[in-house]
Amino acid sequence: MKRFHLPLLIMALVAMSLTIFYHKAFNLGFPLTPAQTTNNWIVEARVGFEPTGGAVTARVFIPDQPKGLAILDENFISRGYGLTTGLVGENREAVWTTRQPSGRQVLYYRTTVYQLDRDRRRDAPYPGPVTPPEWDEPYASAAEEVITRVRARSADITSFATVLVRDLKQVPDENISLFVSNSDSDRAKVRTAIDLLAGARIPARMVHGISLTERARDLQPQTWLEVHNTRKWVPINIHDGSVGYPENFLVWWYGDEDPVRLSRARNPQISFAVTQNYMDAIDVAQQRAQVMDSRLMDFSLFNLPVQTQNMYRVLLLVPLGAMIIVLLRNIVGVQTFGTFMPVLIALSFRETELLGGIILFTLIVSLGLAIRFYLDRLKLLLVPRLASVVIVVIMLMLTLSILSHNLGIEHGLSVALFPMVILAMTIERMSIVWEEHGPSDAIRQGIGSLAVAAAAYLLMINPTIDHLFFVFPELLLIALAITLLLGRYTGYRLSELVRFKAFKGEKAP
Amino acid sequence: MKWFISPRELRRKGVVGMNQRNADLIAELNPRHLYPLVDDKLRTKQLALEAGMAVPELYGVIETNHDIRHLPRIVARSDDFVIKPAHGAGGNGILVITGRLRDSFRKSSGRMVDLEGVGHHVSNVLSGMHSLGGQPDKAMVEYRVKFDPLFEKVSYQGVPDIRTVVYKGYPIMAMVRLPTRDSDGKANLHQGAVGVGVNMGTGRTGQGVWHNRIVDVHPDTGAPIQGLQIPGWDTLLEMAARCFEITGLGYLGVDVVLDRERGPLMLELNARPGLAVQLANGSGLGERVRLIESLHSEGLSPQRRAALAQECFSGSAQPAA
Repeated sequence: MKRFHLPLLIMALVAMSLTIFYHKAFNLGFPLTPAQTTNNWIVEARVGFEPTGGAVTARVFIPDQPKGLAILDENFISRGYGLTTGLVGENREAVWTTRQPSGRQVLYYRTTVYQLDRDRRRDAPYPGPVTPPEWDEPYASAAEEVITRVRARSADITSFATVLVRDLKQVPDENISLFVSNSDSDRAKVRTAIDLLAGARIPARMVHGISLTERARDLQPQTWLEVHNTRKWVPINIHDGSVGYPENFLVWWYGDEDPVRLSRARNPQISFAVTQNYMDAIDVAQQRAQVMDSRLMDFSLFNLPVQTQNMYRVLLLVPLGAMIIVLLRNIVGVQTFGTFMPVLIALSFRETELLGGIILFTLIVSLGLAIRFYLDRLKLLLVPRLASVVIVVIMLMLTLSILSHNLGIEHGLSVALFPMVILAMTIERMSIVWEEHGPSDAIRQGIGSLAVAAAAYLLMINPTIDHLFFVFPELLLIALAITLLLGRYTGYRLSELVRFKAFKGEKAP
Repeated sequence: MKWFISPRELRRKGVVGMNQRNADLIAELNPRHLYPLVDDKLRTKQLALEAGMAVPELYGVIETNHDIRHLPRIVARSDDFVIKPAHGAGGNGILVITGRLRDSFRKSSGRMVDLEGVGHHVSNVLSGMHSLGGQPDKAMVEYRVKFDPLFEKVSYQGVPDIRTVVYKGYPIMAMVRLPTRDSDGKANLHQGAVGVGVNMGTGRTGQGVWHNRIVDVHPDTGAPIQGLQIPGWDTLLEMAARCFEITGLGYLGVDVVLDRERGPLMLELNARPGLAVQLANGSGLGERVRLIESLHSEGLSPQRRAALAQECFSGSAQPAA
C-alpha cells in the first residue's frame, strides 16, 4: 500500500483536475485560448392576438434544448399575464394567462442562443415502424406506385426520404400529382411526405424552426421534415431533399400544431426577429453555467472583485514557476541562490520585461555587492548591515530610475517594483557565497538564478498559460501532481553526469 | 572523450546521485530530530567527550556580543587557536590564528588581524552569518590542531582531515581532504580542496580528485599524494563507527584530524555528507551500501563493525593506480 500511495495520489489529482477541466471546457464551453468571442443570437418571438372577452389563455411553443445550439438566457415579456412553462410531448410551451385583457395583446419571448459543438439533447428512442395509413382508391394504388418507385432508387431510410421529397417537387407524375400540387404550402408538402413515408412504414415528423441570420425581422418559421433512420432523427429539406439543417438553424417546435393556441381570443399572429451578437466567450460560458445551475461556478474566480482577480492572475502562476525550479534544480542541477529566489525574480521581471530586468538585476546586484563589501570593512553587525544594504539598494534604484528617465529609457522606472528586500537578500547571500566559496561559485549561482528566473518568466508571461491557469485553476492540481512526481525522482541530475565523468572508462570493480 | 558519462554507466558503478542521497540515505536513515546533535558542534563535542572520544580541547564559548570582551581572557593561555561557529557548515566562518604579535594575531593565511578584527569575526558568527539557517549562533574557541607531518608536503595552509562515510555504523568509504591554494585553506572539495581516496583495509591513500579531475600530485606543492599510510587507521575507523552509537544517524560523515601529538581527534560530524568521496575513491557508494545490507546484523560492537568493513572493502577500495 505504501508503495502505491504516491502513484495513486498523483493519478487521483490528475484525474480530478482533468475531469473538472473537461467539464468546464467542453460542457460549459469555457474558451481554451485567451480573448475568444462567441457568436450568439438574440431571437425574439412576438405573439399578437385579439381577445374575445373573458379570461385569456395563450399557449406558445418555445425552444427546448435545440440541436447544435444552447440557450443562454430567456425572457418573457408580458404585462399583466401569469406565466408558466412546461413540457407538452416533445415541445416546451409557455402558457400566458390573464383575466381581463382589453384591446390587441402582444406578448414577447426572447432568448439568447449560441452555437455549441455538441448536442445535449438526447433523441427519443426509435418509435418503431408506423402503421401505413388506409387510403381509398385511387390514392392507395398511387401511393403504392410512388413508394415502389422511390424504393427502387434508394438505399436506406434517409435516401428514401430524399428521393421521395425530390419526386414530390419535380416529377410531373400523375400518381404524385394526386397528392401534391404546386400551390401547396410547405406545411402541406411535409404532411403529404409524412403520409407517404408512413406508407413505407417510416416514422417521420414535422419540424418548425428559425434560420438564424443577421438582423432579420418578421421571420416566419420554416417547415422541415425529419425521418427516423432507427438511430436518430434525420432532417430533410422539403425543397430540395438535402439532408441536415443549415448552419445556425434553431428548432422551435415539433409536430403539425400551430405555434400559438388561444382560448377566448382570435387572430393569432407570431413573428420572429433575430439579432447577431458577439460576446466574450468567458461571459457566455459563465451564463451558461448559471442556466445549467452548475455548482462549479460557485467556486469560480470570476466572482471575486476585479482587483483580487488580477492578483490571482499573477499568483496562480507561482506554482508553475516553483515547478520549473524543481525541474531545473533536481533534474538538471542548476545552482541558484535559495530555493525560491528565482521565482520572485521572475515575478519582478513581469514588471520590467526580460532584458531590462536582467540588466537592472545585474546592475543593482553588482553595485549593491560592491557597497556590501565596503560596509563589511566597517564591521557592522548582521541585521544593521542588511538594513543598510536595503537602504542603499533603494537609493540605487532611485538613482537608476531618475537617470534612465532623463535618458529616455522607460524600463528604468519599473525597477521600483523589483522587490528590494529580495534584492538586498540576494546581495547579502551572494556576498557570503563570494567570501566563503569564492567569486566563481557566487557568479555561477547568480547566473543560475537569473537563468532559472528567465525560464520561469518566459513560461509565466505566455498568454495562453496565463489564461488557462486563470480560467481553469484546477490545472494547479496537475502542477501539484507533476511536482509530487518529480519529488520522488532519485536518479542522477544532468549536472552530475558531468560532475562524475571521471568515472568514465574505468572497469567496474 | 565525451564530456559526460551516461547514467547507465554511473548506475552500473553504484554511484549515488544527489537526489538519491537525499531520498534514500538522508531522508530514510537520518531522523530530523537527531540533526541538532551534529548541527551544533558544541553538543557533538559533549557527546564525544561523554563517550570518551578524543576531540580538540575547547578553550571557551562566546554566546553573546557582550561576552566578546572575554575573548582576550579565553585566548590568553594559547598563542594559536581556532574560532568557529557551533552551527557552521562546510567549513564556513572558521578563523585560524597561528600566532600572536603583541595585540595582533596572525591568521593562517599569514595576514595580521587585530583584536577588534577577531571580535568582529566572533560577532558575525554570533549573528548567524555562517550558520545553516541564519539563526543566532555561538562561537567556539578551540585548540588548533597541529597536523601530522605525514601531510606536511601535501597541504597548503589549512589542516587536512579525514572524512569517513559511515552507513548504519559501518565505515564504508573514506577520503583525505587536502586544502589547496584554491580552497583557501579549507578542506571542502567543492571549494577546491583535493580529495584523496583511502583504502579501507590498509589506510593507504590512492589517487586524488581535484575540481572533478583525477590527480596524482598536490596541485600546489607538487608532492605525490598516493601511497601515504595513515597512522592509527584501525583506531580511526573504530572512532568513526562509534559515532553511529552516539548520534543514531544512519548516514553520517565523520571528520577526523590527525594531531601530531594526540593522534586522531574527532573534529565534527555531518548528517548530510556529500558525494565527492565517490570521486576520490573512484567507486560508488551504492555498491558498498548493498554489501553492508547483505551482511548487516544488529548489535555488533563498533570494533567488530570497523573490522568487518575493513575486510569487505580492502581489495576493491582503489582501482589500480
